[in-house]
This record gives sequence, structure tokens and C-alpha cells, in this order.
Amino acid sequence: MNKSELVLEVEKVNKYFHDPMTIHVLKDVSMQVARGEFVSITGKSGCGKSTLLYILSTMDTDYEGELKIDGEPTRMASRTRLARIRNEKIGFVFQFHYLLTEFSVLHNVMLPGLKLGMKSREEVEHRAMELLDDLGIADQARKAANQISGGQKQRVAIARAMINDPLIIMGDEPTGNLDSRNSDIVFDIFRKIADEHKRSLLIVTHDQDFAARTDRIIDMDDGRVIT
Amino acid sequence: MRLLATIALTLLRAKLRQSIVAAVGVMFSIAMFVTLLGFMNGLNELLDGLILNRTPHVRLYNELRASAEQPVELAYADSAKGTAPIHHFIRSIKPKDDLPRLRNATAIMDVLEKDPRVLAVSPRLVAQVLFNVGTTDLTGQVNGIDVMQEVRYYMFQDYLVEGDPNDLANGNNTIVLGKGLADIMQARIGDLVQVTTATGDRTMLRVVGYFQSGIADYDKVQCYANIKTVQKLLARPASYYTDINLKLHDLEEAPEMAKELAARFGVQATDIQTANAQFETGTDVRNIISYAVGVVLLIVAGFGIYNILNMMIYEKLDAIAILKATGFSGSDVRRIFLLLSVIIGIVGALGGLVVGITLQNIIDNIPFITAALPSVTTFPVDYSIRYYVIAVTFALATTWVAGWFPARKASHVDPVEIIRGK
Repeated sequence: MNKSELVLEVEKVNKYFHDPMTIHVLKDVSMQVARGEFVSITGKSGCGKSTLLYILSTMDTDYEGELKIDGEPTRMASRTRLARIRNEKIGFVFQFHYLLTEFSVLHNVMLPGLKLGMKSREEVEHRAMELLDDLGIADQARKAANQISGGQKQRVAIARAMINDPLIIMGDEPTGNLDSRNSDIVFDIFRKIADEHKRSLLIVTHDQDFAARTDRIIDMDDGRVIT
Repeated sequence: MRLLATIALTLLRAKLRQSIVAAVGVMFSIAMFVTLLGFMNGLNELLDGLILNRTPHVRLYNELRASAEQPVELAYADSAKGTAPIHHFIRSIKPKDDLPRLRNATAIMDVLEKDPRVLAVSPRLVAQVLFNVGTTDLTGQVNGIDVMQEVRYYMFQDYLVEGDPNDLANGNNTIVLGKGLADIMQARIGDLVQVTTATGDRTMLRVVGYFQSGIADYDKVQCYANIKTVQKLLARPASYYTDINLKLHDLEEAPEMAKELAARFGVQATDIQTANAQFETGTDVRNIISYAVGVVLLIVAGFGIYNILNMMIYEKLDAIAILKATGFSGSDVRRIFLLLSVIIGIVGALGGLVVGITLQNIIDNIPFITAALPSVTTFPVDYSIRYYVIAVTFALATTWVAGWFPARKASHVDPVEIIRGK
């Protein structure tokens, strides 16, 4: 695999929880994700897969080891720099949609783009409409974020994750709250992002059918990567 | 920054009712602050004016006293050869036989008029007289004044309840009676009153107006006349003055100047601070009270904002977490909540100014009639811009501080904890 094609590199990451007592949650985890790769992380509850995802997302900085995103080491980076990396290079989709209910659907999608500030407001709005159109919810754009259905909300969250054309999209059980029909829709969207847009995807999931259809499965048990 | 402001405004709109309550808190305190200080200071200025307008900053006069050195002491001082003067047993020493006038008054006035610290010089001639009304005599004091100078610098016309100062300035043998005295004498404008001086000379003077200072005892004794009239009344020359009153450019220089002039011209001199020490104290106390009340109100409003923001942050933890997850930094989040607080502060402060100025206008139109101040018909209000500036500055400072602590808390929210907690 070509080094420059690596979007995400993790080298010997260890993580401890200290409260109420010290637990060794992640043990020497190493892994890599290449550009355009659709990877899923599976494992039993409590095996540390979500913990790993939040370290990879740069939101959790309390760990040992090395994490490189797009070749840039993040261990020593300032919090402002990490915020910038999240904004520019990482997109998130959570189990719960986490839309801002005070804003419209369109505005929710636009916020990270406006924060990045690389494009004018009009361009960001245009791009957001394109994404919503791709995801088949352009007609919901002007509605308030709490007036649309659960499946639609998750699609809005995906559009929000895509607005800055990130290198990698991370998901923590993105289909966990959806019925099988909506689950399939979300999977197809992810598939399309990987194949057509050449974006990497790293999805934590319980759903074995979902995992089986991805390019690669990283299976975890008791804080270690086993495959 | 514009993006942060949009987010702040949107959050504000979502919690419109609480935000309005917080802004009304600020508005109320600012309105009270402005009204209270405007009214208090209006009263202060009125009361100070009562004294300050009419009181010279420095007054020069000549008090008749016994000589400091008696001839008997001078006569034996030499023979004692430098030792202490001899002890004598002369008692009941009387004041010198002299006139209560300022020596060289014209020359002193010339010098003072050239002094750059002096705004205005006005001479006075005070005469004790008796008013003969039928068979009774009423004691009185006629102040001979330079009328036009008094009108210009001592607000003489404000206390003239009837009559024209020009009649007093230009007329011969005219007099303005104290209102109380005029009532006793039943003297109307145009009437003639008979005046007897201490030396027994009698003159008829024509009443051209009434003077009311508001102090009843004063108004039963004091009268005003043209200085030439009083000189004529006492049969003294045109350079005969008993007092010289000074108004200075800077009031604070008065005590020092009084000392300097007393030594230089060999006269007595009093300054306004010594003569009216209690007024400054009263003004200061009233100012402290009104500032204290205003500041307490603002602090209470600040606590209101603090509470509402804290609650808002608690309700918006999800939003904060997702903003941070999608690339907003801790300082962005802090700025959003600080902006929220300051927006509440600005809206409250502007509303408070509008309400405050309205209240000031209402107070300014409430009738306030007092014998002490014939020229005042409504409650006094000071519309000084200073209080508006202080109020707005303080409101912004309070809301900033009140917003800072919750905003800092929001910036420290750990998104992982919130998102994983579900």
C-alpha cells in the first residue's frame, strides 16, 4: 500500500480509564485506513471500539501512542489545531443525529462549511443543497431540524459530515437507531461515497450484515485488534 | 465572528422568553440608575446652586478689632532689652475708632481685575438701617450692590420675585425689599419707605421689587440697593466699599487665594469652602447613595443573566458537543455564549436608557413649588450624558462578567462525554 495514500494511521495506542478504578481499555492498537476504503469496526459491547473511534476522531486526547491524520501527527497538536482538523478532514455521523433543533435542515448542513470559511456563504449553501439533493431530501431543506423523520435526520447528519469534503467519515453506530429499510439507504449512501467520491469511511457497528458488505472488517476483542 | 453571532442570535431566539426576562432585568436596573442619578444630581445642583450662586468664592472685608499691639506694650518693649514685654493691667480694650470700610478699595479692585484667576470682581457696601413704619422701627440691612455684575455672576434676577433689575441699576434712591420685610411693612412696588441710618440721617427710598431667598429670617432683614444710593445714604464718597466679592474661574483655588489676598492687602478674607463646608459633605453622601443603589441593581441583574445562561448551557449540552465535534473550538463556543450575554446586555442597556430618559422627563414635569426657589416650578433633573455613559459601560461590564463564567464552562464541555453518554 502506498504510504501517501494512507488517510489514517494508528501506532500502538493504549488507553486507560481511571475512574472508578484503572482499566486498560485499548491495548497496543495499530491500524491504517487508505483513501477510498470502506472499513467497519465490529466487536462485542465494551471491547473498546467506540473508545478507539473517539481517539481517532481527535476529540479524546487522553491516550498513549501515535495518531496521524493525512500524515500529520496529532499527539502534540493544540486544541485549536485539532478543531481545525476535525472541521476540514473528518466528518461524523453518530447513532443519534445530533442536529441543532434551533436551525433549519439546510443551516445544520451549512454550519461546518461556514466555520471552515474557505467558501462564500452562497457557495456553501449551493453545496449543501447539492448534498441534500443527492441524499433525496432536498425538499426538506427549509424545515426545522426537529420536524423530519428519523431516517431523514440521519441523512441530514451525513450531508453535514460531507459538507467540507472530508478525507474520512467516521460513524458510531450510524444505523443503530434505524429500521432495516433506512439502514439500507444509509449503507448505499456510504458505498457511493467510497466508490464515487473516493472518501474513506470508518464505521463502528454491531450489525453483522452491514459489516459484511464493507471492504474490510476490523474485529476487536478486549481492547485488541484481532483481525 | 459573523457566524458565531448568527449562532448566538439563533440560540437566543430559541430561548426568547428567558432572554427577554434577562434583558428586562438589565433594562430595569439601567433605567433606575439613570433616573436616580439624574434626579439626585438635579437636586444636588439645585441645592448647591442655592448657596453657590449667591456666595462669592472669596470675600474680602474689614472687621473692626482692637489693635493687636497696644501703645503701652510698644512704649516699654525697648527698655525690657529684648526680654518679654512688660505685663500690664489694662482691661476692656475697645475696637479702634475706624470706619468698617476697605482701605484703598479702588486700587485693590484694579489689581484683582487683572488677576488671571479671577472671573469677576464686585464691590459691596453694607449698611445697617432702621425702616420707619408709622410709630415702629424695623431693623434692616441694605446691601449696596453693582446690580449688573450681580445679575451676571450671582443670579440676582432669579431671586427677584417682582420687579426689574434695571430699575434698581439705573434708578436713583430705589430699593428692593426682602419679601418678608415688605409684607410686614405692607409696602407695594412704587411706594416710598423711610430709612434711618445709624448716624441718624433719614432718606426716602422707592420700592422697585421684592427679593426672596427662601430663608425667611434673611428675607425679613435683607434689602438691596444700588451701591451709589447706599453711599449717598451714608454720606460717603464713591470709593467707599465694605466688601469686595470675587468669583474665580476655578472654585478649588479659593482657600489658597483667600489666604494670599488677606496677607497681601491686610484685610480679612473668607473662602466659600470654609463658609459652606457642610454642602460638599451632603452632595458627596447623596452621590454615594445613588451610585450604590444603581450598582446593586446592576449586580442583581448580572446574577439573573448568570443563572439564565447557566440553564441555557445545561439545556444545550448536545448542541455544544456537536459544534465541537464538527470543528468549532473551545474558544468559539466561549465566544458564542459571551456574545449571547453581551447581546442581552446591549438590548437591556438601550431599553434602559429609553425608559430612564422617559422617567427623567416625567419627573422633570412634576410640579415642585417651593418658597425657597422662586425660579423653580418642577422637580430638577440633570440630563448629563455622563450618567448615560456610566450606565451603559457598567451594564456591558456586568453582563460580560456574568456571561464569562458560564461561557467558560461551555467551552470546557467534553463532547465525547456527552455523545457517549447517550
